[in-house]
Amino acid sequence: MTAMTTLSVWMVPILIAIILLHASYKKIPSYEIFVAGGKEGIKLAVSIMPFLVGMLTAIGVFRASGAMDGLANLLRPLLSFVGMPPEVVPLAILRPISGNGALGLMSELIKTYGPDSYIGRLASVMQGSTDTTFYVVTVYFGAVGIRRIGDALKVGLLADAVGVCCAVAIVTMIFGK
Amino acid sequence: MINIIWVVLFLIGLMYAAFNGTMDAVNQAIFESAAYAVTICIGLISVMIFWLGLMKVAERSGLLDWLARFFKPLIRPIFPEIPPDHPAMGYILSNMIANLFGLGNAATPMGIKAMEELKQLNGGRNSPSRSMITLLALNTSGLTLIPTTVIAIRMQNKSIAPTEIVGPTLLATLCTTLAALIIDRLFYYQRRRKERKNK
Repeated sequence: MTAMTTLSVWMVPILIAIILLHASYKKIPSYEIFVAGGKEGIKLAVSIMPFLVGMLTAIGVFRASGAMDGLANLLRPLLSFVGMPPEVVPLAILRPISGNGALGLMSELIKTYGPDSYIGRLASVMQGSTDTTFYVVTVYFGAVGIRRIGDALKVGLLADAVGVCCAVAIVTMIFGK
Repeated sequence: MINIIWVVLFLIGLMYAAFNGTMDAVNQAIFESAAYAVTICIGLISVMIFWLGLMKVAERSGLLDWLARFFKPLIRPIFPEIPPDHPAMGYILSNMIANLFGLGNAATPMGIKAMEELKQLNGGRNSPSRSMITLLALNTSGLTLIPTTVIAIRMQNKSIAPTEIVGPTLLATLCTTLAALIIDRLFYYQRRRKERKNK
Protein backbone atom coordinates (compact mmCIF):
# COMPACT_ATOMS: atom_id res chain seq x y z
CA MET A 1 0.00 0.00 0.00
CA THR A 2 2.75 2.47 0.89
CA ALA A 3 4.41 1.83 -2.47
CA MET A 4 1.11 2.60 -4.20
CA THR A 5 0.49 5.82 -2.28
CA THR A 6 4.07 6.91 -2.90
CA LEU A 7 3.62 6.22 -6.61
CA SER A 8 0.47 8.33 -6.84
CA VAL A 9 2.11 11.17 -4.88
CA TRP A 10 5.06 11.23 -7.29
CA MET A 11 3.09 10.76 -10.52
CA VAL A 12 1.92 14.34 -11.04
CA PRO A 13 5.20 16.07 -10.11
CA ILE A 14 7.18 13.75 -12.36
CA LEU A 15 4.74 14.34 -15.21
CA ILE A 16 5.06 18.11 -14.84
CA ALA A 17 8.86 17.86 -14.74
CA ILE A 18 9.00 15.72 -17.89
CA ILE A 19 6.71 18.05 -19.85
CA LEU A 20 8.59 21.19 -18.83
CA LEU A 21 12.06 19.69 -19.34
CA HIS A 22 11.11 18.46 -22.79
CA ALA A 23 9.63 21.85 -23.68
CA SER A 24 12.80 23.63 -22.53
CA TYR A 25 14.89 21.21 -24.56
CA LYS A 26 12.80 22.08 -27.62
CA LYS A 27 13.17 25.77 -26.74
CA ILE A 28 9.48 26.65 -26.83
CA PRO A 29 7.92 29.43 -24.69
CA SER A 30 6.30 27.16 -22.05
CA TYR A 31 4.62 29.78 -19.93
CA GLU A 32 2.97 31.59 -22.83
CA ILE A 33 1.67 28.34 -24.27
CA PHE A 34 0.43 27.23 -20.85
CA VAL A 35 -1.57 30.45 -20.48
CA ALA A 36 -3.01 30.17 -23.98
CA GLY A 37 -4.03 26.55 -23.37
CA GLY A 38 -5.45 27.38 -19.95
CA LYS A 39 -7.78 29.98 -21.44
CA GLU A 40 -9.59 27.23 -23.28
CA GLY A 41 -10.06 25.48 -19.96
CA ILE A 42 -12.17 28.32 -18.54
CA LYS A 43 -14.45 28.33 -21.55
CA LEU A 44 -14.92 24.56 -21.43
CA ALA A 45 -15.58 24.34 -17.69
CA VAL A 46 -18.20 27.09 -17.83
CA SER A 47 -19.88 25.63 -20.90
CA ILE A 48 -20.52 22.37 -19.01
CA MET A 49 -22.46 24.14 -16.27
CA PRO A 50 -26.00 24.13 -17.75
CA PHE A 51 -25.69 20.48 -18.79
CA LEU A 52 -24.63 19.43 -15.34
CA VAL A 53 -27.22 21.54 -13.52
CA GLY A 54 -29.96 20.09 -15.71
CA MET A 55 -28.90 16.48 -15.35
CA LEU A 56 -28.04 16.56 -11.65
CA THR A 57 -31.33 18.21 -10.65
CA ALA A 58 -33.31 15.58 -12.57
CA ILE A 59 -31.33 12.83 -10.85
CA GLY A 60 -31.66 14.61 -7.50
CA VAL A 61 -35.46 14.75 -7.83
CA PHE A 62 -35.58 11.11 -8.91
CA ARG A 63 -33.60 10.04 -5.84
CA ALA A 64 -35.18 12.33 -3.24
CA SER A 65 -38.73 11.38 -4.24
CA GLY A 66 -38.01 7.76 -3.38
CA ALA A 67 -38.54 6.64 -6.98
CA MET A 68 -34.98 5.37 -7.01
CA ASP A 69 -35.68 3.01 -4.09
CA GLY A 70 -38.94 2.02 -5.75
CA LEU A 71 -37.03 1.03 -8.86
CA ALA A 72 -34.56 -0.95 -6.74
CA ASN A 73 -37.45 -2.80 -5.06
CA LEU A 74 -38.99 -3.50 -8.43
CA LEU A 75 -35.78 -4.94 -9.86
CA ARG A 76 -34.74 -6.77 -6.69
CA PRO A 77 -36.46 -10.11 -7.45
CA LEU A 78 -35.02 -10.13 -10.96
CA LEU A 79 -31.47 -9.32 -9.83
CA SER A 80 -31.62 -11.73 -6.90
CA PHE A 81 -32.64 -14.36 -9.40
CA VAL A 82 -29.33 -13.94 -11.26
CA GLY A 83 -27.45 -14.26 -7.98
CA MET A 84 -27.05 -10.72 -6.71
CA PRO A 85 -27.49 -10.27 -2.95
CA PRO A 86 -30.53 -8.02 -2.33
CA GLU A 87 -28.45 -5.68 -0.11
CA VAL A 88 -26.35 -4.39 -3.01
CA VAL A 89 -29.18 -3.99 -5.55
CA PRO A 90 -29.66 -0.26 -4.80
CA LEU A 91 -25.91 0.30 -5.25
CA ALA A 92 -25.92 -1.51 -8.60
CA ILE A 93 -28.68 0.76 -9.85
CA LEU A 94 -27.33 4.00 -8.41
CA ARG A 95 -23.72 3.47 -9.53
CA PRO A 96 -24.11 4.62 -13.18
CA ILE A 97 -26.55 7.40 -12.25
CA SER A 98 -24.95 9.28 -9.39
CA GLY A 99 -21.28 9.07 -8.40
CA ASN A 100 -21.63 10.75 -5.02
CA GLY A 101 -24.84 8.90 -4.23
CA ALA A 102 -23.17 5.58 -4.95
CA LEU A 103 -20.14 6.52 -2.84
CA GLY A 104 -22.44 7.32 0.08
CA LEU A 105 -24.34 4.08 -0.35
CA MET A 106 -21.13 2.08 -0.54
CA SER A 107 -19.80 3.67 2.66
CA GLU A 108 -23.07 2.79 4.38
CA LEU A 109 -22.91 -0.82 3.23
CA ILE A 110 -19.30 -1.12 4.38
CA LYS A 111 -20.15 0.44 7.72
CA THR A 112 -23.21 -1.80 8.24
CA TYR A 113 -21.81 -5.12 7.12
CA GLY A 114 -18.10 -4.55 7.76
CA PRO A 115 -15.42 -4.00 5.10
CA ASP A 116 -14.28 -7.62 5.18
CA SER A 117 -17.71 -9.20 4.80
CA TYR A 118 -19.06 -10.57 1.53
CA ILE A 119 -21.35 -7.55 1.10
CA GLY A 120 -18.56 -5.13 2.06
CA ARG A 121 -16.15 -6.58 -0.46
CA LEU A 122 -18.79 -6.75 -3.17
CA ALA A 123 -19.76 -3.11 -2.59
CA SER A 124 -16.07 -2.10 -2.79
CA VAL A 125 -15.51 -3.91 -6.08
CA MET A 126 -18.76 -2.64 -7.60
CA GLN A 127 -17.86 0.94 -6.69
CA GLY A 128 -14.35 0.65 -8.11
CA SER A 129 -15.09 -1.27 -11.27
CA THR A 130 -17.03 1.33 -13.25
CA ASP A 131 -17.52 5.06 -13.56
CA THR A 132 -20.65 7.22 -13.38
CA THR A 133 -21.99 6.83 -16.90
CA PHE A 134 -24.53 9.67 -16.74
CA TYR A 135 -21.92 12.12 -15.47
CA VAL A 136 -19.38 11.15 -18.10
CA VAL A 137 -21.90 11.44 -20.95
CA THR A 138 -23.20 14.78 -19.66
CA VAL A 139 -19.78 16.35 -19.12
CA TYR A 140 -17.90 15.03 -22.17
CA PHE A 141 -20.63 15.60 -24.72
CA GLY A 142 -21.88 18.77 -23.02
CA ALA A 143 -18.49 20.43 -23.19
CA VAL A 144 -18.17 20.05 -26.94
CA GLY A 145 -21.84 20.72 -27.69
CA ILE A 146 -23.08 17.33 -28.81
CA ARG A 147 -26.88 17.53 -28.81
CA ARG A 148 -27.76 14.03 -29.98
CA ILE A 149 -26.03 11.40 -27.91
CA GLY A 150 -26.52 8.51 -30.32
CA ASP A 151 -25.79 5.10 -28.84
CA ALA A 152 -23.40 6.43 -26.20
CA LEU A 153 -25.69 6.09 -23.18
CA LYS A 154 -26.92 2.66 -24.22
CA VAL A 155 -23.36 1.40 -24.61
CA GLY A 156 -22.37 2.82 -21.22
CA LEU A 157 -25.35 1.41 -19.34
CA LEU A 158 -25.14 -2.05 -20.92
CA ALA A 159 -21.44 -2.19 -20.06
CA ASP A 160 -22.32 -1.20 -16.49
CA ALA A 161 -24.79 -4.08 -16.30
CA VAL A 162 -22.10 -6.50 -17.48
CA GLY A 163 -19.67 -4.97 -14.98
CA VAL A 164 -22.02 -5.45 -12.04
CA CYS A 165 -22.57 -9.11 -12.94
CA CYS A 166 -18.80 -9.59 -13.29
CA ALA A 167 -18.24 -7.97 -9.89
CA VAL A 168 -20.64 -10.42 -8.23
CA ALA A 169 -19.09 -13.40 -10.02
CA ILE A 170 -15.49 -12.38 -9.33
CA VAL A 171 -15.99 -11.55 -5.64
CA THR A 172 -17.90 -14.80 -5.08
CA MET A 173 -15.22 -16.77 -6.87
CA ILE A 174 -12.22 -15.20 -5.11
CA PHE A 175 -13.51 -14.70 -1.57
CA GLY A 176 -16.48 -17.09 -1.41
CA LYS A 177 -19.78 -16.03 0.15
CA MET B 1 -33.08 10.15 -26.42
CA ILE B 2 -31.40 12.34 -23.80
CA ASN B 3 -34.46 14.62 -23.87
CA ILE B 4 -36.78 11.73 -23.09
CA ILE B 5 -34.59 10.44 -20.26
CA TRP B 6 -34.36 13.88 -18.72
CA VAL B 7 -38.10 14.49 -18.77
CA VAL B 8 -38.90 10.98 -17.56
CA LEU B 9 -36.50 11.28 -14.60
CA PHE B 10 -38.22 14.51 -13.55
CA LEU B 11 -41.81 13.40 -14.12
CA ILE B 12 -41.47 10.02 -12.45
CA GLY B 13 -39.74 11.67 -9.51
CA LEU B 14 -42.43 14.35 -9.17
CA MET B 15 -45.30 11.86 -9.47
CA TYR B 16 -43.69 9.46 -7.05
CA ALA B 17 -43.24 12.29 -4.57
CA ALA B 18 -46.88 13.35 -4.97
CA PHE B 19 -48.11 9.90 -3.97
CA ASN B 20 -45.53 9.17 -1.27
CA GLY B 21 -45.39 12.47 0.57
CA THR B 22 -41.76 13.20 -0.21
CA MET B 23 -42.40 16.61 -1.82
CA ASP B 24 -40.35 18.41 0.86
CA ALA B 25 -37.31 16.29 0.10
CA VAL B 26 -37.82 16.89 -3.63
CA ASN B 27 -37.95 20.65 -3.20
CA GLN B 28 -34.76 20.55 -1.22
CA ALA B 29 -33.09 18.23 -3.74
CA ILE B 30 -33.81 20.57 -6.67
CA PHE B 31 -31.84 23.44 -5.25
CA GLU B 32 -29.16 21.36 -3.59
CA SER B 33 -28.45 19.47 -6.82
CA ALA B 34 -28.30 22.66 -8.86
CA ALA B 35 -25.88 24.22 -6.38
CA TYR B 36 -23.84 21.02 -6.30
CA ALA B 37 -23.58 20.96 -10.11
CA VAL B 38 -22.24 24.51 -10.13
CA THR B 39 -19.76 23.62 -7.37
CA ILE B 40 -18.45 20.76 -9.51
CA CYS B 41 -18.00 23.09 -12.48
CA ILE B 42 -16.20 25.70 -10.37
CA GLY B 43 -13.91 22.96 -9.13
CA LEU B 44 -13.37 21.88 -12.71
CA ILE B 45 -12.24 25.36 -13.78
CA SER B 46 -8.96 25.13 -11.85
CA VAL B 47 -8.05 21.63 -13.04
CA MET B 48 -9.11 22.43 -16.61
CA ILE B 49 -6.90 25.52 -16.74
CA PHE B 50 -3.96 23.72 -15.22
CA TRP B 51 -4.09 20.49 -17.20
CA LEU B 52 -5.16 21.94 -20.54
CA GLY B 53 -2.41 24.55 -20.20
CA LEU B 54 0.19 21.91 -19.41
CA MET B 55 -1.04 19.57 -22.12
CA LYS B 56 -0.83 22.40 -24.64
CA VAL B 57 2.87 22.67 -23.77
CA ALA B 58 3.24 18.90 -24.22
CA GLU B 59 1.42 19.10 -27.55
CA ARG B 60 3.57 21.95 -28.88
CA SER B 61 6.84 20.34 -27.77
CA GLY B 62 5.92 17.14 -29.59
CA LEU B 63 5.69 15.00 -26.46
CA LEU B 64 2.08 14.05 -27.17
CA ASP B 65 2.95 12.95 -30.70
CA TRP B 66 5.69 10.78 -29.30
CA LEU B 67 3.27 9.21 -26.84
CA ALA B 68 0.74 8.60 -29.60
CA ARG B 69 3.35 6.98 -31.82
CA PHE B 70 4.57 4.76 -29.00
CA PHE B 71 1.14 3.33 -28.18
CA LYS B 72 -0.18 3.33 -31.73
CA PRO B 73 -0.31 -0.46 -32.21
CA LEU B 74 -2.43 -0.76 -29.07
CA ILE B 75 -4.86 2.01 -29.79
CA ARG B 76 -5.28 1.80 -33.57
CA PRO B 77 -7.64 -1.18 -33.49
CA ILE B 78 -9.86 0.60 -30.94
CA PHE B 79 -10.03 3.87 -32.92
CA PRO B 80 -9.65 2.86 -36.58
CA GLU B 81 -11.23 6.07 -37.89
CA ILE B 82 -8.68 8.52 -36.52
CA PRO B 83 -5.78 9.40 -38.86
CA PRO B 84 -2.57 8.05 -37.28
CA ASP B 85 -0.84 11.38 -36.70
CA HIS B 86 -3.85 13.35 -35.57
CA PRO B 87 -3.47 15.27 -32.25
CA ALA B 88 -6.66 13.58 -30.98
CA MET B 89 -4.64 10.38 -30.52
CA GLY B 90 -2.28 12.06 -28.05
CA TYR B 91 -5.14 13.43 -26.00
CA ILE B 92 -7.03 10.13 -25.98
CA LEU B 93 -3.90 8.40 -24.70
CA SER B 94 -3.29 11.01 -22.01
CA ASN B 95 -6.93 10.61 -20.96
CA MET B 96 -6.58 6.84 -20.70
CA ILE B 97 -3.28 6.99 -18.84
CA ALA B 98 -4.64 9.56 -16.37
CA ASN B 99 -7.67 7.32 -15.78
CA LEU B 100 -5.48 4.29 -15.32
CA PHE B 101 -3.43 5.96 -12.61
CA GLY B 102 -6.47 7.37 -10.87
CA LEU B 103 -5.72 11.00 -11.75
CA GLY B 104 -9.42 11.69 -12.24
CA ASN B 105 -9.10 15.46 -12.28
CA ALA B 106 -6.49 15.31 -15.02
CA ALA B 107 -8.40 12.73 -17.04
CA THR B 108 -11.51 14.89 -17.52
CA PRO B 109 -9.79 17.89 -19.19
CA MET B 110 -7.80 15.59 -21.47
CA GLY B 111 -10.88 13.59 -22.40
CA ILE B 112 -12.82 16.75 -23.20
CA LYS B 113 -9.94 18.06 -25.27
CA ALA B 114 -9.87 14.76 -27.15
CA MET B 115 -13.63 15.06 -27.74
CA GLU B 116 -13.10 18.54 -29.17
CA GLU B 117 -10.47 17.28 -31.58
CA LEU B 118 -12.75 14.40 -32.58
CA LYS B 119 -15.63 16.80 -33.17
CA GLN B 120 -13.48 18.85 -35.53
CA LEU B 121 -12.49 15.65 -37.27
CA ASN B 122 -16.19 14.95 -37.67
CA GLY B 123 -16.74 18.28 -39.43
CA GLY B 124 -18.10 20.01 -36.32
CA ARG B 125 -21.41 18.16 -36.46
CA ASN B 126 -23.48 18.06 -33.29
CA SER B 127 -24.09 14.34 -33.39
CA PRO B 128 -21.28 12.06 -32.18
CA SER B 129 -18.91 10.18 -34.50
CA ARG B 130 -18.02 6.55 -34.03
CA SER B 131 -14.74 7.43 -32.30
CA MET B 132 -16.49 9.80 -29.90
CA ILE B 133 -18.82 7.06 -28.72
CA THR B 134 -15.88 4.68 -28.29
CA LEU B 135 -13.98 7.25 -26.22
CA LEU B 136 -17.06 7.76 -24.08
CA ALA B 137 -17.50 4.02 -23.62
CA LEU B 138 -13.90 3.75 -22.43
CA ASN B 139 -14.44 6.51 -19.91
CA THR B 140 -17.75 5.24 -18.55
CA SER B 141 -16.20 1.86 -17.82
CA GLY B 142 -13.72 3.51 -15.45
CA LEU B 143 -10.52 1.61 -16.11
CA THR B 144 -8.37 2.25 -13.01
CA LEU B 145 -5.39 0.39 -11.59
CA ILE B 146 -5.92 1.41 -7.98
CA PRO B 147 -9.32 2.51 -6.64
CA THR B 148 -7.95 4.96 -4.07
CA THR B 149 -11.28 6.28 -2.75
CA VAL B 150 -12.60 2.80 -2.07
CA ILE B 151 -9.37 1.82 -0.26
CA ALA B 152 -9.59 4.97 1.86
CA ILE B 153 -13.17 4.19 2.91
CA ARG B 154 -12.23 0.60 3.74
CA MET B 155 -9.37 1.90 5.88
CA GLN B 156 -11.69 4.27 7.72
CA ASN B 157 -13.88 1.29 8.59
CA LYS B 158 -10.91 -0.62 10.00
CA SER B 159 -10.63 -3.30 7.36
CA ILE B 160 -7.96 -5.92 8.12
CA ALA B 161 -6.98 -5.92 4.43
CA PRO B 162 -8.13 -2.66 2.81
CA THR B 163 -6.26 -3.36 -0.43
CA GLU B 164 -7.42 -6.94 -0.93
CA ILE B 165 -10.08 -5.68 -3.34
CA VAL B 166 -7.49 -4.19 -5.74
CA GLY B 167 -7.03 -7.39 -7.74
CA PRO B 168 -10.74 -8.27 -8.02
CA THR B 169 -11.59 -4.65 -8.86
CA LEU B 170 -9.01 -4.60 -11.62
CA LEU B 171 -10.42 -7.84 -12.99
CA ALA B 172 -13.97 -6.47 -12.84
CA THR B 173 -13.03 -3.16 -14.43
CA LEU B 174 -11.21 -5.00 -17.23
CA CYS B 175 -14.42 -6.98 -17.85
CA THR B 176 -16.47 -3.76 -17.91
CA THR B 177 -14.05 -2.09 -20.31
CA LEU B 178 -13.92 -5.09 -22.59
CA ALA B 179 -17.72 -5.31 -22.51
CA ALA B 180 -17.97 -1.59 -23.30
CA LEU B 181 -15.69 -1.97 -26.32
CA ILE B 182 -17.54 -5.01 -27.62
CA ILE B 183 -21.00 -3.49 -27.11
CA ASP B 184 -19.77 -0.28 -28.75
CA ARG B 185 -18.57 -2.25 -31.75
CA LEU B 186 -21.86 -4.15 -32.02
CA PHE B 187 -23.86 -0.92 -31.97
CA TYR B 188 -21.56 0.46 -34.66
CA TYR B 189 -22.22 -2.54 -36.91
CA GLN B 190 -25.92 -2.12 -36.30
CA ARG B 191 -25.76 1.57 -37.29
CA ARG B 192 -23.85 0.70 -40.43
CA ARG B 193 -26.39 -1.94 -41.41
CA LYS B 194 -29.18 0.59 -40.97
CA GLU B 195 -27.36 3.14 -43.12
CA ARG B 196 -26.86 0.60 -45.85
CA LYS B 197 -30.54 -0.28 -45.81
CA ASN B 198 -31.51 3.37 -46.14
CA LYS B 199 -29.35 3.82 -49.20
